[in-house]
Amino acid sequence: MSGILRVCTAAGCAGCGGSALREQLGAVIAAATTGDPASGLALKGVGCLGPCGEGALLELESASGRRLFGGITPEGVAAVAASLANLSPGTDLGTWAPPAARPIDLEQPFFRLQKRLVLEHCGRIDPESLAEALAAGSYGQLRRVLQENRPEAVIEQVRRSGLRGRGGGGYPTGLKWATVARMPGPEKVVVCNADEGDPGAFMDRSVLEGDPHRLLEGMAIAAWAVGASRGFIYVRAEYPMAIAHLRTAIAQAEDQGLLGAAIAGSAFGFQLELRVGAGAFVCGEETALIHSIEGQRGVPRPRPPYPAEVGVFGLPTLINNVETFASVPPLLAIGAEAYAAIGTTNSGGTKVFSLTGDVRLAGVLEVPMGTPIATIVETMGGGAPDGHAIKAVQTGGPSGGCVPANRLDTPVDYESLQELGSIMGSGGMVVMDDSTSMVDVACFFMAFCREESCGKCIPCRSGTVQLHLLLQKHLAGEADAADLAQLESLCHMVKDTSLCGLGQSAPKPVLSTLRHFRGDYLALLRPEPEATPEPVP
Amino acid sequence: MATDHSIVSSREASSQPGSGAFPELEPVLRRQGHRPDGLIEVLNRAQELHGQLTPALLRHVAAALRLPLSRVQGTASFYHLFRFKPPAAHRCVVCTGTACHVKGADALLRALERELAPGGATEAAGAEAIELGTVRCVGTCGGAPLVVVDEQVWNHQTPASVLAGLRGLRR
Amino acid sequence: MSVRTLRIDGRDLAVPEGTTLLQAAREAGIAIPTLCHLEGLSPVAACRLCLVEIEGTDKLLPACITPASEGMVVQTATPRLQDIRRTVVELLFTEGNHVCAICVANGHCELQDLAVTTGMDHSRLPYRFPARRVDLSHPFFGLDHNRCILCTRCVRVCDEVEGAHVWDVGWRGEHCRIIAGLDEPWGAVDACTNCGKCVQVCPTGALFHKGDTTAEKHDEPAQLQALVHARHHQQWNP
Repeated sequence: MSGILRVCTAAGCAGCGGSALREQLGAVIAAATTGDPASGLALKGVGCLGPCGEGALLELESASGRRLFGGITPEGVAAVAASLANLSPGTDLGTWAPPAARPIDLEQPFFRLQKRLVLEHCGRIDPESLAEALAAGSYGQLRRVLQENRPEAVIEQVRRSGLRGRGGGGYPTGLKWATVARMPGPEKVVVCNADEGDPGAFMDRSVLEGDPHRLLEGMAIAAWAVGASRGFIYVRAEYPMAIAHLRTAIAQAEDQGLLGAAIAGSAFGFQLELRVGAGAFVCGEETALIHSIEGQRGVPRPRPPYPAEVGVFGLPTLINNVETFASVPPLLAIGAEAYAAIGTTNSGGTKVFSLTGDVRLAGVLEVPMGTPIATIVETMGGGAPDGHAIKAVQTGGPSGGCVPANRLDTPVDYESLQELGSIMGSGGMVVMDDSTSMVDVACFFMAFCREESCGKCIPCRSGTVQLHLLLQKHLAGEADAADLAQLESLCHMVKDTSLCGLGQSAPKPVLSTLRHFRGDYLALLRPEPEATPEPVP
Repeated sequence: MATDHSIVSSREASSQPGSGAFPELEPVLRRQGHRPDGLIEVLNRAQELHGQLTPALLRHVAAALRLPLSRVQGTASFYHLFRFKPPAAHRCVVCTGTACHVKGADALLRALERELAPGGATEAAGAEAIELGTVRCVGTCGGAPLVVVDEQVWNHQTPASVLAGLRGLRR
Repeated sequence: MSVRTLRIDGRDLAVPEGTTLLQAAREAGIAIPTLCHLEGLSPVAACRLCLVEIEGTDKLLPACITPASEGMVVQTATPRLQDIRRTVVELLFTEGNHVCAICVANGHCELQDLAVTTGMDHSRLPYRFPARRVDLSHPFFGLDHNRCILCTRCVRVCDEVEGAHVWDVGWRGEHCRIIAGLDEPWGAVDACTNCGKCVQVCPTGALFHKGDTTAEKHDEPAQLQALVHARHHQQWNP
């Protein structure tokens, strides 16, 4: 019997039986190996296998191909392990059907329509093994660019690829790199924003947990290209497994001379440090993130100066998010032109999304930029379950908006989503079915922004509270037309006057639902009192 | 410059710089080079070791990093995860992220608040040992609605299933 | 020193390079309201009262930190800006407990003055009546959080000028409040030198001299400015 068993041990699956499954299958295989040293069964704990809603997940790979099984519950784990133990040594793994597990068709659109570059190794390799990462090709691009020794050529490749900031802003990555590279001074810093705080977004978590070396390689290439010798990964504390895998990966890479001094035998050195947040969404804003790395309150400051000029410790600083850095090795591997050709004219390459909410197949997927939203949520995700129809798709989290069902043909790229009053954001996509009240959704996001406001500027600190109160008044059926007008005008005021992105975009979920679902608000208004006739004087 | 006796006594617990009151913090302080930018890393470690940030701990950290007290307190209180009171035996955190909200996290939270409150149905089972909290998304939305109990994620929960699980913890 | 020419509210001005729009406007006698800003302290651009419109950009920019640049055309008092300023003042009044009639700063309060200049005679938004405390533990001074607008002038003056860093901002968002030491009673904080600069720069009645009664408090930022000037330039004005 030979083959590979991959158990998804990412945070989603680990909690619903993945960890136990890995442990018990490991015991079975260890026992079998003792009796039969020639046994060719290998067990791997891997990062996200994709359809997180179906966990726990087990993938079997043998000569007859790959098969995926889901729906394994903590209670069912023992049965799966017992069944594996009872297989006769001659059995082909390809014929084994684990009990209490549901086969998942790997040919369905969810898998077939993906284009996996960032997630290339995610779910394939053991994220805690540098050997497996190296065997899969990690650090190959870093070695190559160091050998060729032309940093400006790397920046040019990134520029030509059309890669734009995957954290949501969509700023051209090559341009950002070139700006930092041009800054004078011997010391520069590279920062990875791994503070993935949008509720409903977990793309970056999948990369950090499933293939941390890809991020480290991308950061090292960036550091070398812009002339930085220090780096920080700022990761949110809510991701304990990502933190553990990053710590392991950094230690392994340092040990093998792929981080630290004289990388891969070159003169280039790069000291990478992990900084763990402590629960503050606003730290995803880059100036707040800088303050937090410096050990201060995560409070934003006005820009300019931009971090490229004045960043961490006052040094020129390059800040990109996880997916942006992780896109660099594959884009260099396939070449800028090939990468650009994958996406649209203005947005090159692929984008990772996390699909959740009222959708049949929830999980993490990677598609070419420009893929219509309908393809993602309906074709790949299977649409809304239980006979409901999709009402809206929320993109961009608390800084984004809701795309109505009749606009799901919109391609996912930065400009198209912006035109609809939403944003690409970091890639969270929450599907809402026809039972959803859009006022409730807007109120949810406003409560979030109220809680996460840092309190520095008045429009955000006090305005989000008033907006939240107004939305609650609507939900309680106590609002009238004047309240609705006030809601709208205060939204514009907070958007126009807040100091940072959090406050400026906090009203967006309200404004976008007002634009596309005004009926939901009007239906909640208190009926106007009958006009009383003017008293006769 | 104190004027009030109750205030003087509240200060007696303060540790002197370098007094070695918290030797277990030395490794992280050294790793951070006793630099002020290591403050959050040091606070994270201090809370990991002590379960909370006490005034004595905060004074020690301020002295070790040569920071004003208000700067240390101001920073610690900014972040949701730092706490200033001792933790309960068990901690049940309801995720109130978008996906969980859509799937009914609010109802879950309200039910747990009711059940775990003094006089609630589970009080007899020793509910005072369970601390209820919320978090905005742990990023495992496939399992929505979910709760995190003592760092373990419980997926697809209902009030009944959470309460059953919490009762299981107590035995 | 090179010069920048610009137009503010229809008036052509020439200012030295590095001058902020606020300085340029004030030199020319054009009043732009401010609250967190205080000459002599580092700017934080937090109150958003000094936002101005600049031709060629949709973004409103804070005059206190935006440098004058060549050819800029600035509007400081359009109806849109006036409505924004009134709303900022409403947001401030509704988030605290400001009762002018019984306040030590009545008649000498920057927030009260702003309410007058922006025409904020009533709030269109509901008052929130937060439960806030009063700290009277210091022998000479008091802190009434009900009247605090979180401008952070006290935090900055204590850190940047006195060097004691008694104050900081604690907590977050709507729960923000000025804290002394480890969120202790002010009187318990050893770092305080009793200099009173924080009281001097406070724009409202939040920080006050004990014993002052209604309408008796005057803030005295000029003293601070003289101090900062003397320190930087070694020039005194006896």
